[in-house]
Amino acid sequence: MIDRGQVLHVARLARLRLSDEEVDRMTEELSGILSHVDRIGQMDLEGVEPTAHVVALENVLRADEPRPSLPREKALEPAPEPVDGTFRVPSPQAAEA
Amino acid sequence: MAGSAPELEAVIGLEIHVQLSTRTKMFCGCELSFGDEPNVHTCPVCLAHPGVLPVPNEQAIRYALQIGLALDCEIAPRSIFHRKNYFYPDSPKAYQISQYDIPICGPGRLGDVRIHRAHLEEDAAKLVHVGESGRIHGSGASLVDFNRGGTPLVEIVTEPDLRGAAEAAEWARLLRETVRQLGVSDVNMEEGSLRVDANVSVRPAGSEELGTKTELKNMNSFRFLQRGIEAELARQREVIAAGGRISQETLHFDPRTGDLTPLRSKEEAHDYRYFPEPDLVPLAPTEEMLREAREALPELPAARAERYESELGLEAEPAALLAREPEVATYFEAVCEAAGAAAGDEARAVSPRMVANWVTGELTATLRQREAEEDFTDPTVPAPSLARVVALVAGKKISHGSGKQVLAALVEQGGDPDEIVEREGLAQMAADDGELEGIVAAAVEANPDAAEKVREGNQKAIGAIVGHVMRETKGRADGGEVNRLIRAKLGL
Amino acid sequence: MSDLLQLSVAEAAARISARDLTAEEYFAAWQAAAESDELNAYLWSLTDADVYEVEQGPLGGVPVAVKDIFCTEGSPTTAGSRILEGYRPPYTATAVRLLDRAGARVLGKTNMDEFAMGSSNENSAYGPVLNPWDRGRVPGGSSGGSAAVVAGGLAPCAIGTDTGGSIRQPASLCGIVGLKPTYGAISRYGMIAFASSLDQCGPLTRDVTDAALMLAALQGRDPMDSTSVGIEGGIAAPSREDLSGLRFGVPVQLDGDAIDSGVREVFEATLKRIEELGGEIAEVSLPSSELGISAYYVLAPAEASSNLARYDGVRYGMRAEVDGDLTEMYEATRSAGFGPEVKRRIMLGTYALSSGYYDAYYGQAQKVRTRIAEDFIGAFSEVDFVVTPTSPSVAFGLGEKTDDPLAMYLNDFFTVPMSLAGIPAISIPAGLAEPEGGGTRLPVGFQVAAPAFAEQSLLEAAYALEQGIGFEREVAPLRPWNGGAA
Repeated sequence: MIDRGQVLHVARLARLRLSDEEVDRMTEELSGILSHVDRIGQMDLEGVEPTAHVVALENVLRADEPRPSLPREKALEPAPEPVDGTFRVPSPQAAEA
Repeated sequence: MAGSAPELEAVIGLEIHVQLSTRTKMFCGCELSFGDEPNVHTCPVCLAHPGVLPVPNEQAIRYALQIGLALDCEIAPRSIFHRKNYFYPDSPKAYQISQYDIPICGPGRLGDVRIHRAHLEEDAAKLVHVGESGRIHGSGASLVDFNRGGTPLVEIVTEPDLRGAAEAAEWARLLRETVRQLGVSDVNMEEGSLRVDANVSVRPAGSEELGTKTELKNMNSFRFLQRGIEAELARQREVIAAGGRISQETLHFDPRTGDLTPLRSKEEAHDYRYFPEPDLVPLAPTEEMLREAREALPELPAARAERYESELGLEAEPAALLAREPEVATYFEAVCEAAGAAAGDEARAVSPRMVANWVTGELTATLRQREAEEDFTDPTVPAPSLARVVALVAGKKISHGSGKQVLAALVEQGGDPDEIVEREGLAQMAADDGELEGIVAAAVEANPDAAEKVREGNQKAIGAIVGHVMRETKGRADGGEVNRLIRAKLGL
Repeated sequence: MSDLLQLSVAEAAARISARDLTAEEYFAAWQAAAESDELNAYLWSLTDADVYEVEQGPLGGVPVAVKDIFCTEGSPTTAGSRILEGYRPPYTATAVRLLDRAGARVLGKTNMDEFAMGSSNENSAYGPVLNPWDRGRVPGGSSGGSAAVVAGGLAPCAIGTDTGGSIRQPASLCGIVGLKPTYGAISRYGMIAFASSLDQCGPLTRDVTDAALMLAALQGRDPMDSTSVGIEGGIAAPSREDLSGLRFGVPVQLDGDAIDSGVREVFEATLKRIEELGGEIAEVSLPSSELGISAYYVLAPAEASSNLARYDGVRYGMRAEVDGDLTEMYEATRSAGFGPEVKRRIMLGTYALSSGYYDAYYGQAQKVRTRIAEDFIGAFSEVDFVVTPTSPSVAFGLGEKTDDPLAMYLNDFFTVPMSLAGIPAISIPAGLAEPEGGGTRLPVGFQVAAPAFAEQSLLEAAYALEQGIGFEREVAPLRPWNGGAA
């Protein structure tokens, strides 16, 4: 179904850190869910159009007119680490040995 | 030596990002900004707050259609947006709204290069790295400015039709000029409104298969683009000559050092998990939108150059030169028109080719000597005036050299070409004027050695006699005529 | 307990409009009631200190409990998650602004399953919600708080969201009315996204008339939501007297051992009631609906995995204190901020979209979805409505299904197909039944589904059926606003 290695890979893609115990549990639970979900593979759906959009709309557009932006204080208010009008985050570079 | 290695040809494709000059962002109503304080043009949508939704900018769609039509692309009757998922601080939703397998523009062409596709997407925010990065665990930070985040982009991807670095840079210039003339973007590489990445590979000449390609990013001028590609081609050739293999990677070119360094990828696994954007409905350009986009197109460089060559008889180089500068081209056409409307034999002798040579040659050279840059929409030398100068020369009323003099006077002080000719006494000596014959006779007599050599068959020796005549007439005689008269005098 | 609490929203609004009752008085009564929340249904509600300004409108003076998934500017909005603890949005959801414009006011924000993922409200970071009918049991989810406040006499009405049944199922388990409109009827702007192509806002109310009144105020095209269209013609108060001339289809596939016997009894009884009211019962076939849960548990988690990626500690919400680099910050924040069910679904969704698996999972599920929608269109060419039990069981015990995620997912069996097809469906209380294994009788919901944008006829039929069933008469003594124990 889904194995530990795949679980770890998916967790990395999703930026989730799982403890060993969580990995084990997740592997079991996801396998169970996937075995149920796999039923959809049994249906012959050759030639069926996938539903990408539920409402049959097209060309819903917005005029190129400016709307007021947030005052900067308001934009930064919820920020965990506002610095000089910007959002500060740890550097993307991983630590090098 | 096992034998010489097969010759390797370069195979280059370009990926171009054009920032559109709309008033607002792609999916929200924040104004586009340039050099403003950080985070003054943001809203819940472009900050990706919980619960927000994107709504596409109508003008961006129109601009994308114009670009597609200018590149002769097939316009998709229906295209959709996709989410491209990856984590990075400059991507607040942790996905970029882009287009994946059903883009708004399909295959097209510009000049000799085929376009693979063009699509709409949103730009990332700006990330500034501060502090020490890398060495010390935990130190080093980045500051995010979301002003730029959400700016509309059109991404243009070419087929790998380019075969050299210079060719690639030249084509990139053509693309830039084409898009610039549409008025949909500033297309300024230094400012970032035009970004060009190159996909570079090599293969044995004559082979149909593609070699492994590398991607070159971050070249912010056409010169650096060319040098970067040159450097990468050299590197690849070296690797292959040494028996190695090219690995697919993304490289950064440093123009100062000439070094190529691999870039860290944003998303390790490059698994973008594309799926159709459920918050946006499909685009289906209407007949009216297409018609309006078509009507908004000016005559673009490639088409104009083609017209100049085929209809006006210009040679390729001046045609391309003029076509790339719309204001100069318009002036050029005005001069042709003025010449065509003027009366007199001399006017009828004017050809567009001559006008092109005067505009791109003498006029440009003369203007260049002045401090200020010429504004061809308000020209120093009005079109009818230049047309008159060209006509006077074409009709042999004045010599080419005199023409230059008149032009210089026009540029300097303005005035009327005929009056200047009169005032400076530049009228060309008529060929059937006895005066010229007299001067020719005197010149032949004054140069007996040269005359002898010419009679013996040394054509070049005639130059001394011609020069004598020219000096005597102060350049007012037509060189061809003088030649003919001398030869007649010598009995040849 | 004030008599004012006995008024339905429609009744109260009418009396306020006729100046028979002041908005302030009515609102104050509810404010007080909300303070006595012992069900953990409210995450916060207005206190005496909060001033209420009187507004006119079709809902003038009406307090509404709002699921904490709707952004309300300046006041806490958590989506039931730790990762948004303390977050105050800089803007208000369109649905809430529309209620505002109609004269209503937010009474409080209700507890919910974290990011709307759940069928029992046991997945909230702020503790489970208790079912007013039996505090040892769940109210359903994910709009458990919204259902509990209405059923528990803590609010006259509420709004929630429904992605796979999250309005209808808790309404069923709490003995109230819950409506999921057509996808696109109500704007999603400001509604924290779980599964973008499935999420819909809807009312939870005591009766069908109140649901109609709220839908009328909520529906409409919103320029901030490209997928919104509204309901053409608007919504009027229903008045149908019987069900003559109407055909009701029972899907043969939506059946099975999983339905509690008590639920089945009430369902059958309701079918008989429909016939008594002049309606016709027929069998319809929805062959693909059996795969509804499977398709749903690919599509919804897939979209969720993308929608929840923005919770990264950069611009708002929780950020974990770490000494490491960006990736470590992301991982630590998200791992500490999300609960186990959310993590499970993010994992499932990421997997379904990942390279090599997209076609088999996401791609295939989208095709199943097309088939399910086609099945309904086919059914609606034969009948006017499709009917099912809303939930396979009555309210189950707290902790009873938390060990088996799949068992929990199967609660959505009857509600998921309508979500996938995007069609409107309503759950109305149809009777009481003993849980499997015995005990006090608990509410059973009856689901009626209609073609896209047929809300008016759906409400008319539901109204007539509601009157015919007479559930409210039967349970009146049990209702908290009548002084009952529930």
